[in-house]
Amino acid sequence: MIRIENISKSFDGNFVLNDVSMDLEAGKCNVIIGESGSGKTVLMKSMVGLVEVDSGSVLYNERNFTAMNHREKQQIRKEMGMLFQGGALFDSLTIEQNVMFPLNMFTTMTWQEKSDRVNFCLDRVGLRKVNRLMPSELSGGMKKRAAIARAIAPSPKYLFCDEPNSGLDPLTAIRIDNLILEITMEYNITTVVNTHDMNSVMEIGDRVMYIYKGCKCWEGTKDDILTSENEALNNFVFATSVAKKLKK
Amino acid sequence: MIRIISNIGKYFILLRSVFSRPEKFSIYYRQTLRELDHHGFGSIGIIVIISLFVGAAITIQTNFNIENPWLPRYIIGVTVRDSLLLEFSSTMVGLMIAGKSGSSIASEIGMMRVTEQIDALEVMGINSAAFLMMPKIVAMVFFLPILCVISVTMGLVGGYLTSLIGHVIPVADYIYGIQYVFYPYYLAYAMSKTAFYAFIIASVAGYFGYYVEGGAVEVGKASTRAVVLSSILILLLNLILTNLILH
Repeated sequence: MIRIENISKSFDGNFVLNDVSMDLEAGKCNVIIGESGSGKTVLMKSMVGLVEVDSGSVLYNERNFTAMNHREKQQIRKEMGMLFQGGALFDSLTIEQNVMFPLNMFTTMTWQEKSDRVNFCLDRVGLRKVNRLMPSELSGGMKKRAAIARAIAPSPKYLFCDEPNSGLDPLTAIRIDNLILEITMEYNITTVVNTHDMNSVMEIGDRVMYIYKGCKCWEGTKDDILTSENEALNNFVFATSVAKKLKK
Repeated sequence: MIRIISNIGKYFILLRSVFSRPEKFSIYYRQTLRELDHHGFGSIGIIVIISLFVGAAITIQTNFNIENPWLPRYIIGVTVRDSLLLEFSSTMVGLMIAGKSGSSIASEIGMMRVTEQIDALEVMGINSAAFLMMPKIVAMVFFLPILCVISVTMGLVGGYLTSLIGHVIPVADYIYGIQYVFYPYYLAYAMSKTAFYAFIIASVAGYFGYYVEGGAVEVGKASTRAVVLSSILILLLNLILTNLILH
C-alpha cells in the first residue's frame, strides 16, 4: 500500500500540488484522473522520487520514502516498475536487452534464467519474435507493451503507469488497460495509473482520484463517478457533448 | 554570475554522484569497453588523417621559417617532433575529440533525458549519473593519451612523407632530427595533459546532456554549449598545465 500525506509542490512559486493526500491500495488499479496540467504527472513523479516535494510524505508500506537518503530510496525503487508516457525504452538496446536490463543490474540469475524470464514477460504482454528488434522498429502499442514487460520483469510490488494509452488507437488502448489490470490482480501489485482517458477509468479504475488544479478534488470508485454531484468532476467527465447527452 | 557559480556547484555535485560506488562492476566494465570502442577506436581514423597533414604542414613551415645556412638541417626534425609532442598533438586531439565525442555524449545523454530514459533508470534504482557518465569518463581518460601517441607518431610520419615525396629536407636529416636528444618526459607530459582534457570533455559534455530540459532544440543547444565550453577549458587548462609542468 502507498500512502500519500499532505504533499505540496510548487515551481517558481506556483503551486502544482497543494496538500494532496490519498491511500493507494494493494492489488488494485488506483487511477488518478485530471485535466492536462492538473498535476497528475508531478504527483506520480513525487511518488517515485523523481520530483522532490516541498512538504508532505510518501509511505510505502509504512516506510517513509521522502525522508530516506538516496541509497535507501534506491532500495525501495528496486520494488518499483514504471511505464512512462513514451515507453522510455533504451534506444541503444534490443527489446530483449531492454527487458533483461533490470535483471542484469540487480539479480544474480544465470543467463538462461534471465532469458526465460524475458521470454515469459514478453509472452505475457503478447509480444513474440521481437527479441532482436530495436525499439525504433516497434509500433507505439508494441513499445508500450515492451515497456510493461520491462517494468514487470523484476517482479515489482508497485507499478506506476503514466498515461499508458496516450497516442494509441482505442482498441490497442483497451488491450493495454486490460493488460495492466490483469497484471495487477495476478501479482497483487499496487498499481497507480495516471490518465485523462475516461474509457481507461471505466475499464480498470478500482479506485479513482480526481486531481483538479493541484488538489485532490474527489475520490471514489468508477461507478461513483457517474452519480457524483461534484461539479468539477462532472465538468471533466462529461466534457464532450455525447457524454453530456448521456448524463441527461 | 550567480548562474555560473550555481552551474559550477551542480557540476561538482554531479561528479560526486558519478564517482559513487557502481551497482554492479561487471555491467560498468562492459559499458566501459563499449565506450572505448565508440569514443576511442572510433576516433583513430580521423586522428590519423589530421595528424598526417598537420605533421606534413609543420615540416614545411619549419623548413620555411628556419632556412638558415648556419643551422643544421636536422633541426627541422627536432622542431617537428617537439612541436607535436609539446603542443600540437595533445591539444589537437583534445579539440578534435571535444568536437566529435563531446557533442555525441551531450546529445546522447540529452536525448535520454528528454525521452525519460534517465528517469526510467532512476526509477529502477540505478544511479543514472554514474551509469551513463562513469564508463565514458574512464574510457576517454584511458584512451585519449593513446590517441595522443598515435597522433604524434602519425604527425612524424606526415613529416617523413613530406621529406620523402616533397624533398623538403633530406630524409636522413629528418630521421636524425626526430631522434636527436629525445626526452621521454615530453611524451609523459603530452599524455598526462591529454588525460586531463579527456576528463574535461567527457564530464562537461555529460553535464550539459544530463541537465537538458525541453526537446530536440535544447539538446542541440546543449551539445553546442558542451563543445564550446570544453574547447575553451582545454585551451585554458593547456596554458595552466604548460605553466605548471614546463615552467
